[in-house]
Amino acid sequence: MTTAAPPVDERVAEISRLRRILVRPELGSVVGAIVVFAFFATQSSVFRSLDGVAIWLDPASTLGIMAVAIALLMIGGEFDLSAGVMTGTTGLVVVILATEYGWNIWAAIFASLVVALLIGAFNGVMVVKTGLPSFIVTLGTFLMLQGLNLGVTKAITGTVQVSGLARAPGYDAAKSLFAGTFTLFGVHFRVAILWWIAVAAVATWVLMRTKAGNWIFAVGGNAAAARSVGVPAARTKVLLFMTVSSAAWLVGTINAVRFTSVQANIGIGQELIYIVAAVIGGCLLTGGYGSAIGASIGALVFGMAANGIVFAGWDADWFKLFLGAMLLLAVLTNNMIRRYAEEARR
Amino acid sequence: MTVTTTTGPALLEVEDLVKYFGSVIALTGISATVQAGGVTCVLGDNGAGKSTLIKILSGVFRPDQGSYRVDGEPVQFSSPRDALDRGIATVYQDLAMIPLMSVWRNFFLGSEPTKGVWPLRRFDVASARKIARAELAGMGIDIRDPDQPVGTLSGGERQSVAIARAVYFGARVLILDEPTSALGVKQAGVVLRYVAQARDRGLGVVFITHNPHHAYPVGDRFLVLNRGQSLGDFAKSDISREELTRLMAGGAELDQLAHELDRLDTAAPGPGPAPAG
Repeated sequence: MTTAAPPVDERVAEISRLRRILVRPELGSVVGAIVVFAFFATQSSVFRSLDGVAIWLDPASTLGIMAVAIALLMIGGEFDLSAGVMTGTTGLVVVILATEYGWNIWAAIFASLVVALLIGAFNGVMVVKTGLPSFIVTLGTFLMLQGLNLGVTKAITGTVQVSGLARAPGYDAAKSLFAGTFTLFGVHFRVAILWWIAVAAVATWVLMRTKAGNWIFAVGGNAAAARSVGVPAARTKVLLFMTVSSAAWLVGTINAVRFTSVQANIGIGQELIYIVAAVIGGCLLTGGYGSAIGASIGALVFGMAANGIVFAGWDADWFKLFLGAMLLLAVLTNNMIRRYAEEARR
Repeated sequence: MTVTTTTGPALLEVEDLVKYFGSVIALTGISATVQAGGVTCVLGDNGAGKSTLIKILSGVFRPDQGSYRVDGEPVQFSSPRDALDRGIATVYQDLAMIPLMSVWRNFFLGSEPTKGVWPLRRFDVASARKIARAELAGMGIDIRDPDQPVGTLSGGERQSVAIARAVYFGARVLILDEPTSALGVKQAGVVLRYVAQARDRGLGVVFITHNPHHAYPVGDRFLVLNRGQSLGDFAKSDISREELTRLMAGGAELDQLAHELDRLDTAAPGPGPAPAG
């Protein structure tokens, strides 16, 4: 019953190729990253050296892992304010089980993953069952975890910090996997950078080339419409929350293994930085649009700016001002791009 | 495809449907049939019970009394999925489409073709693009670029994509909820053409509208509802466009209204968007 596709109007095709580049969600963040790099590269020779690159890729890597997961969730139309404090919770679980209870570090890391998945599932199920905005639900989780992190840590250790993970059985192998370094052109890079690249690559593949990716865009774009054509919207959203909590587990483990100790108040405030990185990377706050690569580049911009300001010899206090301006600029650009994308062509 | 109206069991048939919402009688004594290759129009003003009727047909509601038969077999749907499994697809006025997603992604949403083996099983993007484009072309819908977001299509084109999608996924009965009500005359004409296309492919179509001028040219049967009751179920040969209009308007202030509607039909855009009855 099919007939051949109608002949293509070359003029239309050409316009749409240009348009396709312009409406890519990553566009704004790529331009931003180039500008930020160029700016700090002229200000500081350390910044543009390979050693400098290794230094600013370090904070970008753990932020990038979280930003990618948050981007998936935001494309799916939800927020997670508990993501930052969850990196503390998962790290605390690893260190407390391994040091206070003498668990093997791998068992502790696995137990931490289970805890993370349970928290993610709780967030997801609460959001889809109650229909409340995820902003409120995860704000509740955020506060509860913040209290739990402090309360439990104090009850077990008597202080607000647990340390001594380096003495745990199996630490050295865990260190090379989560917190080691690799050498490239004679410079040591953190292995977390590889984790970041892997997470971003898998997330991009899932988004663009799988069924699940189609569903993520759909539940964020219009959940009711997605449901009516048979997309399991609730399951998709719960899995997205669990993806975020798994990412928090990875980052919490990376940090715990690297620093061998965890402060009970770590990660608080980071959740907003993740959202900022995802938005700089082209995610719409309303859902249904965005990119995992863009969120990674957003994290990169963040890492470059945070270290660039120090390398350039300025007061680090200026960083927040810069971040806020960057966020506003990104939101305005995204808005324009989306309007352009949605504009009727006739 | 040639169309034969069989004398066997109708594709879809309801008899003496009754539906209550608490103490409100939403529908009572409604009977209708849909034949393969036929268009059954359901007409009525706002609040006449059109929406309740299609929600029963599409499996959203269960009738409190009355029978519902598909291919002569009694059925009881507990969800729209059940109805879909029997080939009854509903295209709602607000459309199950995601404006920011491309045409081909929307076309296959919920039924994506895949290739490869888990964990590398993936959305077969190339064939999805190709099929979406070919299917739309097959219905005479020329989408210049299947990558363009559905939000950039006109209202008529979106309706047409939704219809083409339902047809491709094996719908035998197509329920269209006010597909023309939010459209101008030209766009409405585009959609009516696709309704006719679907009919010519042998589908049964239930066309819900409050505009007799949209219904009359494509309809084979006309069921007119008013305040939850049937004002009659007519074959096209039994009723003229004027009588249909007269019936819809309920007899009062008729000349004035008919006059207005006639002018609308030939010159100005149709009535503006209105909530489903």
